[in-house]
Amino acid sequence: MNELFYDAAPNATRVAPERPGPRQYPAKPREVILFGTCVVDLFFPEAGLDAIRLLEREGIRVHFPEGQSCCGQPAWTSGYAAEAREVARAQLAVLDAGMPVVVPSGSCAGMFRQHYRELFAEEPDTLKRVASLAERTFELTEFLLNVCQVEWKDLGEPTRIALHTSCSARREMNTHLHARELLGKLANVERVDHDHESECCGFGGTFSVRMPEVSGAMVTDKTQSLMASGADEMVTADGGCLMNINGSLDKQQQAFRGRHLASFLWERVSGEGRA
Amino acid sequence: MSQRIPVTELTSGFRDRAEVALADGQLRTNFRTAMDSLMKKRADAFPDEEEREGLRELGNRIKARALSRLPDLLEQLEAKLTDNGVRVHWAETTEQANEIVHGIIQARQGSQVVKGKSMVSEEMEMNDYLAERGVECLESDMGEYIVQLDGEKPSHIIMPAIHKNRHQVARLFHDKLGVEETDDVNELIQIGRRTLRRKFMEADVGVSGVNFAIAETGTLLLVENEGNGRMSTTAPPVHIAVTGIEKVVENLRDVVPLLSLLTRSALGQPITTYVNMISGPRKADELDGPEEVHLVLLDNGRSGAFADAQMRQTLNCIRCGACMNHCPVYTRVGGHTYGEVYPGPIGKIITPHMVGLHEVPDHPSASSLCGACGEVCPVKIPIPELLQRLRQENVKSPAEGPKVKDGGAKYSRKERLIWRFWQTLNTSPGLYRLFLWGATRFRKLTPKNVGPWTENHTAPVPAKRSLHDLAREHLARNGGQ
Repeated sequence: MNELFYDAAPNATRVAPERPGPRQYPAKPREVILFGTCVVDLFFPEAGLDAIRLLEREGIRVHFPEGQSCCGQPAWTSGYAAEAREVARAQLAVLDAGMPVVVPSGSCAGMFRQHYRELFAEEPDTLKRVASLAERTFELTEFLLNVCQVEWKDLGEPTRIALHTSCSARREMNTHLHARELLGKLANVERVDHDHESECCGFGGTFSVRMPEVSGAMVTDKTQSLMASGADEMVTADGGCLMNINGSLDKQQQAFRGRHLASFLWERVSGEGRA
Repeated sequence: MSQRIPVTELTSGFRDRAEVALADGQLRTNFRTAMDSLMKKRADAFPDEEEREGLRELGNRIKARALSRLPDLLEQLEAKLTDNGVRVHWAETTEQANEIVHGIIQARQGSQVVKGKSMVSEEMEMNDYLAERGVECLESDMGEYIVQLDGEKPSHIIMPAIHKNRHQVARLFHDKLGVEETDDVNELIQIGRRTLRRKFMEADVGVSGVNFAIAETGTLLLVENEGNGRMSTTAPPVHIAVTGIEKVVENLRDVVPLLSLLTRSALGQPITTYVNMISGPRKADELDGPEEVHLVLLDNGRSGAFADAQMRQTLNCIRCGACMNHCPVYTRVGGHTYGEVYPGPIGKIITPHMVGLHEVPDHPSASSLCGACGEVCPVKIPIPELLQRLRQENVKSPAEGPKVKDGGAKYSRKERLIWRFWQTLNTSPGLYRLFLWGATRFRKLTPKNVGPWTENHTAPVPAKRSLHDLAREHLARNGGQ
């Protein structure tokens, strides 16, 4: 029998990590870095700009380091760890200034907070910087809610919206709760639930192109439940889901659309309506 | 028994089978309805989040403790069972396990076997193996009975016939058993029971699985809701239990939380209708029970998973099925699409160790990594993390030495080059900005058809100006940097 375990390491058994307690938030800082994310950079730049405006409105000076690109997630989830690691290393260098890093995407923030330590597990020196980045990384909605403790006057017309939260954001960052609470501060906004709200929209990065059949079925179901919710529009804080859901709606020639939560929030609090 | 192979198995891979399944409206409805109900049952069974999370943590630690001493516990289990009069057999492969089972049946000149539900026997394809040797094997679990009657394989590890609704079962019974077509569920169950009751009395051998094998006392614990497990393990003169080596736990105390996690996660039950604890054959002064009890302990690749610290967590699994119940992929494509014994998230992480990644090259990719499986796993297997690891092993070149059986199944020099290029682009700020400039400037030239993406979406068109551009301008104006 023991020959079955010829190359087993008896002490290599892993236990699940301790459950983290509720996150402790710092006082509102004077300066932050915005990490825009590659999807927002190329496809939804207005959302990034609106995130900057929302932060500036709270009296915070925002820095946007030019050297930033992608958090590394696409390669990481595709199994290309070495390539992801080098891209992650470049972001670590760019974001090293010690300031809070605000990210208008739960999944990229989750990458910084949860997965960089897996990427650099073999590099003890880098891990210290990774821990610092994880500590300083905030998803936009949690930052506005818990660090800035925003109090807003809703300048928009009454509207009904559905909130979609990316899975990594939901499970790694609790973003769905933060966004709900933020939206709750807007007097004229009614948030409606949609069927299977916590279910994945089917994006999953390269999953959407590796498994287009399954991914397509998932996004079709998601768009249908969003449209059936009675909402005027969908908001989400993740560029990947937004690209997936809007791309599918467009293909289905539906009028219903989603948009980035940062843009929605900015429109409500600034009173600047945009088509 | 018919040997009809389900149509979906004739096609080549996961994606082909998925396409067939996705087009089957009835199948989609059956799974969605069933999974929604199971998710609700689980949620209702754990009303207290704090208790649930504490129990999951405990379950994780119990399994980790057992796995950390796995070789010792297995030896202890063997010694205790032997003391209790149970004969213990070791099988490294499914072929060996089948030979052992067949040998036991032959020694009794048996020709009829009645089976309680056992996924390990599915791994072994025991029914086919024995049928080829003239031994009839009848499934006695209602779901298993239904799929066997239809020449299918289970589509779920707990509810084998969940892909069928009651009308489909009614038609099947009518076609195969010649009974009047009725879709009264109770009547359908009674029809099955009448057939099975006779078989329990006639069978030479009863086969079952094991939920927990307890090393300290030499006890085999088996949960079920139909009583067929108790019948299969007590009515025939011989009982053969088959199980994987990871099912061993240290003691009975450890079983209490694991059992609660298992039944609540699987079906939302506080406890199953039957909990069988088998500790040996009939003793001289006892009136019933089998004359012989055997345990076959199967490896079938599990020691490969055990050898890797990260993959070892796969062996925490207590086979509750909650991961598949909560999986948006499984819910849409059903269990047969996976083409293997274990479907869903747990199937994706355990099957590669059994059959090798070359046999299931698409399994690791068939996930959006949404994390629902890991969130509900009662023993906290980090399933998304393990899927991610399998993806790494799957794209390794032969020279890099993949660490999972037949790894490197998706190694592609071309794809590696694409990611190298992506790396260069994202680590060279000048090049990245040049890319942004080009993509936004020539946005009108974005192709309308961008491969698989445009099967479900219109092509995404870059914005007129990148955030890099807009932010630089905005911050210069506002005194930022």
